[in-house]
Amino acid sequence: MFLLKWWERFIRTFFKYDDTSASPDRYIALRRNIVILMMVVTIVPLTFMAVINHHQYQASLKNEIINPVQSLVSKTKHSFELFLEERLSTVRFIASTYSFAELSDAKTIGRIFRTLRTEFGGFIDLGLFDNNGIQASYSGPYTHFLGKDYSKQGWFEEARVRGTYISEVFMGYRELPHIAIAIQHMPEDGPNWILRATIDTDKFDMLITSMGLDPESDAFLINREGILQTHSKFYGKVLERCPLVIPRGESVTNVLEASDHRGKEIILAYARLSKPDYTLVVVKPRSVVLKTWFTLKSEMFFIYIISVVVIILVVLKLSGVLVKSIREADEKRESAFRELEHGQKLSSIGRLAAGVAHEINNPLAIINEKAGLIKDIVEHVEDCNTAREKFLALTGSILQTVQRCRTITHRLLGFAKRLDVKFEELNLNDVITEVLGFLEKEALYRNIKIELNLAPALPKISSDRGQLQQVFLNILNNAFAAVDSGGRVSITTWEENTETLGASIQDNGCGMSEETLKHIFEPFFTTKKEYGTGLGLPITYGIVKKLGGDFKVQSKEGQGTTFTFFLSRHPNT
Amino acid sequence: MLLIDDEEDFVITLAERLQIRGLRPVAATDGETGLDLVRNESFDVVILDVMMPGLSGLDVLERIKKFDLQIPVIMLTGHGRSEDGPHGMQLGAFDYVMKPIDIDELIQKIGAAATCREPRKPHDTI
Repeated sequence: MFLLKWWERFIRTFFKYDDTSASPDRYIALRRNIVILMMVVTIVPLTFMAVINHHQYQASLKNEIINPVQSLVSKTKHSFELFLEERLSTVRFIASTYSFAELSDAKTIGRIFRTLRTEFGGFIDLGLFDNNGIQASYSGPYTHFLGKDYSKQGWFEEARVRGTYISEVFMGYRELPHIAIAIQHMPEDGPNWILRATIDTDKFDMLITSMGLDPESDAFLINREGILQTHSKFYGKVLERCPLVIPRGESVTNVLEASDHRGKEIILAYARLSKPDYTLVVVKPRSVVLKTWFTLKSEMFFIYIISVVVIILVVLKLSGVLVKSIREADEKRESAFRELEHGQKLSSIGRLAAGVAHEINNPLAIINEKAGLIKDIVEHVEDCNTAREKFLALTGSILQTVQRCRTITHRLLGFAKRLDVKFEELNLNDVITEVLGFLEKEALYRNIKIELNLAPALPKISSDRGQLQQVFLNILNNAFAAVDSGGRVSITTWEENTETLGASIQDNGCGMSEETLKHIFEPFFTTKKEYGTGLGLPITYGIVKKLGGDFKVQSKEGQGTTFTFFLSRHPNT
Repeated sequence: MLLIDDEEDFVITLAERLQIRGLRPVAATDGETGLDLVRNESFDVVILDVMMPGLSGLDVLERIKKFDLQIPVIMLTGHGRSEDGPHGMQLGAFDYVMKPIDIDELIQKIGAAATCREPRKPHDTI
């Protein structure tokens, strides 16, 4: 509820404007308010949506790109592990199938080795080592190592302790990278022995190639110390140190964003093999990954900017058009009101002139008779000397009557003079008395009793004489029209408060029904049938408002009507 | 003849002018007095002002006609609304003259009224 009230108050202050002031500032303020509100209402949600979209897209795009990389790395890692496990199994199989004695035979080991090479590919040599580390048998290119003692070598010790061993990549035969795998066999009878095979890393490269990465991406294996185990496209050859900082991997593939040693932004996906301790790394440049995203982002941004610009242009133009038509409508209404007012004034003047003509007619008729009498006496009476006194009396009377006419015409001139609004300090009672002067003959002829209850020491009011006169003239005309002959019109003035004067005109005429009361301020509504313009009260209302006042009507059908005015002593303050 | 008009100055001066022309006017300054005079004395013509406070000229006309249909009544109109004349004719007035008066026109009409003393009924159409 509170929100509603606040909302209404906001709308009122933002959009409503003082009807009486038609300054251009009002329209500027109105336009500014409309523009601000429209822009806020359109641009804020747009921006909101753009920002949300941005984040959503970024997130989902990243996912779309990251997920495939992630699964690629996982799958490739598994392939590597499978490959190595398979090779181990082969050697284990051989070690389980053949005895030490059989393998010691050069021919046998040679045959087995040749079979290995044809069937599996990638085997470079095969060596048999006894419990003491002496190479007992060998098939391969390094025949001169036969009989050598390998007991101190790391691989030997590890093979003896763990039972299996997979080496890291080393430079081997023909300066090509190799790895070595070794299996310890523990026969039921006899000492343990070790079978060792060297494998080239072609298969590694093939596995990496099979990932099918785009030309700007790179994939490689590194060991625990960060030494490359395969060739990297961008980050060094095999057995060189990889310049990238790769965190310690897990068997689960991790993806993160980083910068490489040259500062290029990259996406890093890595997973650690279970055995040996290799980490498979895929490096995708962020720009490739996010190229689509950047295109989309810049497209979105472009659209956003265009939208905002279009909104601003449309809002400015639309509000300009709107406010312009509001102003034109206001101006039209103002000028229509002024025309109506002018028309009403003219018709008032017309009525007044008619009234004045009435009034002047009587004195003129008197002058006519008196002058006519002088003429008659001159024509018909022989002795004009005796008529001297008579002549003097008659001409004196004529002059007096002319004076009477003068007052009447001056009154009309006074009313006609004030056609533009001019504020001055007035005594309200005087204005009312003046207006009554116009109407006293009618009151007399129609036996309308006028009761005056004018407050004696009424403070002055700053207002326009002509307009005030018109207001009271209108209301009094209505009152006179409402009462029958013998009716009563009471006029009262008082000081309502230090800033406001009150005046009321009450008649005991026919009154108005509730239905009529609803319509009396509508232009062209009249109950006077043919000769009412229906404009008196709307114009009166407009004038009173402009003079900084207010009025209300009370009426009961058959009993009478009261118009009560409250006029601000100092309007515009 | 009887003159009824609320402007004393006017009615007295008019009476003097008529006297100079040989007529014998009696003046009344309000409708009630005029009606009393009509009831108590006999007049050839009544000259009646339309616009009067209290009992208006047309009211007086109506009552005169009720009292004596035959008396010709000449209305004096001059208050703008030209329907006073024809309205008066409807009520049975003999004729009307506009103020300020052309004395000769009035004399002429008085003459016509005096000679043509036929009963004039109020009629509904002009």
